[in-house]
Amino acid sequence: MNSPSEQKTAVLLLGCPQVPVQTGIALYLISALRKRGVRPTVAGNRAARLLVEVSDPDRHYVGEVMDIDRYVGELAEKKRDFDYNFAFIHNDAGITYAATVQALSEGAMVVLVYGEHYEEVAAEIEFPCEKILAKAVHNPLPLKKKIDEVLNWVVSNL
Amino acid sequence: MNYDILLRDASFKECREYIRSHFQEYYDVEPGFVLFEKHMIGVPPITIGLSGDVVIFPYTKPCYGTFLLRLECREEADRLRALKSGKKK
Repeated sequence: MNSPSEQKTAVLLLGCPQVPVQTGIALYLISALRKRGVRPTVAGNRAARLLVEVSDPDRHYVGEVMDIDRYVGELAEKKRDFDYNFAFIHNDAGITYAATVQALSEGAMVVLVYGEHYEEVAAEIEFPCEKILAKAVHNPLPLKKKIDEVLNWVVSNL
Repeated sequence: MNYDILLRDASFKECREYIRSHFQEYYDVEPGFVLFEKHMIGVPPITIGLSGDVVIFPYTKPCYGTFLLRLECREEADRLRALKSGKKK
């Protein structure tokens, strides 16, 4: 992580991209973080990473992209950490990755829970974190609205 | 690696309970623990079972969920016993 005088950093933990809103919301969050002076990195599996990279071919928004298992390894070996972890969750595997990062990282954990069964998925989360919840599957606007409501608070208070 | 799948699409709680109810020897580790040269993903505490040379452990794939796997490997079973000596649950 950075010292207080340096730029804050965030990592977006992307899971399986089977819910359509994930890539659009990830790019929106990257943009919103940059506007607030936070440098974002994307960590995901191959499909999630490729969707983000193909959606921003000239890299106007996307910066560093890394494999999510490599990030977990570097966290466990204390080689890398971020000020903020934003975990995208729509199923049990997403909870598993977020719980792993929460246990290893000294940064703040914010989870974005979406999808058809977002309430049931959110109820399974037992680790400490800030939650942004919305029933968003194809339409990203409910989740975008929630991000707009809380991101300033998240970036300035966590 | 040749492995058997004991549970599919399971939660970590289900994997933990399965191991504890089916195997006498098991150990709890934290996320990031290295098993088969990979850092483990999971909701802590992650329970790993041992039965002779067989290692029983949860494994998560982002698009497929969590599996409980059974894999025979004397070296890894011995390594785990040595690391966790005196901490058997």
